[in-house]
Amino acid sequence: MSTYDFLVLYWPRLLSGTGITIAQFLLAAILGVTISLGMGLLKLSHNPLLRGTAVTYIEIFRGTSLLVQLYWIFFVLPLFGLTIEKFTAGYVAVGMNIGAYGAELVRGGILSVPKGQWEAALAINLSPAQRMRRIILPQALVNMLPPWGNLMIELLKGTALVSLISVADLMFEAKQINGTTYLSAQTFGAALVIYYVLARFLVTPFMRWLERFMARKMGRA
Amino acid sequence: MFDWKWDFAWEITPRLIQATGNTLIAAGAGYALALVLGLVLALAQRTPYKILTLAVREFVEFVRSTPLILQIFFVFYVGPQFGIRLSPWMSGMIAIGLHYSCYLSEVYRGGIESVAKGQWEAATALNMTTAQKYRRVIIPQAIPPALAGMGNYLVGIFKDTPMLSVIGVTELMHTANSIGAENYRFLEPYTMVGIIFLAISLPAAGLIRLLEGYARRKLGL
Repeated sequence: MSTYDFLVLYWPRLLSGTGITIAQFLLAAILGVTISLGMGLLKLSHNPLLRGTAVTYIEIFRGTSLLVQLYWIFFVLPLFGLTIEKFTAGYVAVGMNIGAYGAELVRGGILSVPKGQWEAALAINLSPAQRMRRIILPQALVNMLPPWGNLMIELLKGTALVSLISVADLMFEAKQINGTTYLSAQTFGAALVIYYVLARFLVTPFMRWLERFMARKMGRA
Repeated sequence: MFDWKWDFAWEITPRLIQATGNTLIAAGAGYALALVLGLVLALAQRTPYKILTLAVREFVEFVRSTPLILQIFFVFYVGPQFGIRLSPWMSGMIAIGLHYSCYLSEVYRGGIESVAKGQWEAATALNMTTAQKYRRVIIPQAIPPALAGMGNYLVGIFKDTPMLSVIGVTELMHTANSIGAENYRFLEPYTMVGIIFLAISLPAAGLIRLLEGYARRKLGL
């Protein structure tokens, strides 16, 4: 079978797999960004209990493998009476993992805001919540966006692991097609190219655009 | 609800420890390959041949933005299609070594670019050949700034070894899967795998920080 015939025959399955991959990516990204913000802020808290929670979370999720976390959430949590559907387990595991890495970026971003900004916010009598929301976080966001671009690529790559708990994403479809056709070079090659296109022509340009957009908003461009 | 069985955990400990050995060997061998190959990829981007530089650059980008798990499948299954049979260990090492060599090439590149221009000019003034310049002047100075990145990827490769279980490399995750399937108990094996990963990667990360500081002092930086 030529590569062309192969693609004509199997593109619907590759496409549906890509759809699931994108859905997993978006859901995990939303969860990951939320966790990053929460844990990043908690790690800067003065309360040792809150800080300890964040440190524990970050160290556990950065110290073990995503695959271990995924299997634990999918196979072990049901033993505690918490059964999660595989699609949900997939993006929850990936999102929680990325959240731990993102938390460090959020922390670094907040610490990179000059001290004068904190003092000025204090001087104009803003409450701590207002200060964080209106003065510190917007500037921190601009500073930390470039490393977030890399993290988003890691996130996209991480979603490929959900195929191992049978979520029918691109990786899963590729494995299935390979299992029936044995055309490994075509199948896995096509999947590699699709992942590359997603990363290089969708995720990276979007993050670059976001960087420029935020810089303009902040009057820095 | 919480039915952790200590005697079962104790019973499977020797098997898990043995598998931990395999995991460490896989990480070590993969890293050794990545260190060498990464240097080749970094130097290939510094030749005067524009086409070679561009091709290597694009290759590195491609490998870095596609999932490791897919690359593992690709190496393992595509070989036999063309009559090359690789053992799971062999293909696993090639895939993980290649993947991380692309990350390391970026680390090396950053290190090499951080060497001051005057060093190159001085080496030229001393009439050194290109090979001598790299070996005796540039690379020794490029290593210290690259050490942090190199250390991070050593921990990274260790945490990515569970992915090798999908092609049947008998490392930690694979052994935990087998134990779980034999005994219909996943709580203990998966939890213990997580703990073993934490117990190795956290001290390793700390040790790398120490070594980094030591290397910097040794080199008078």
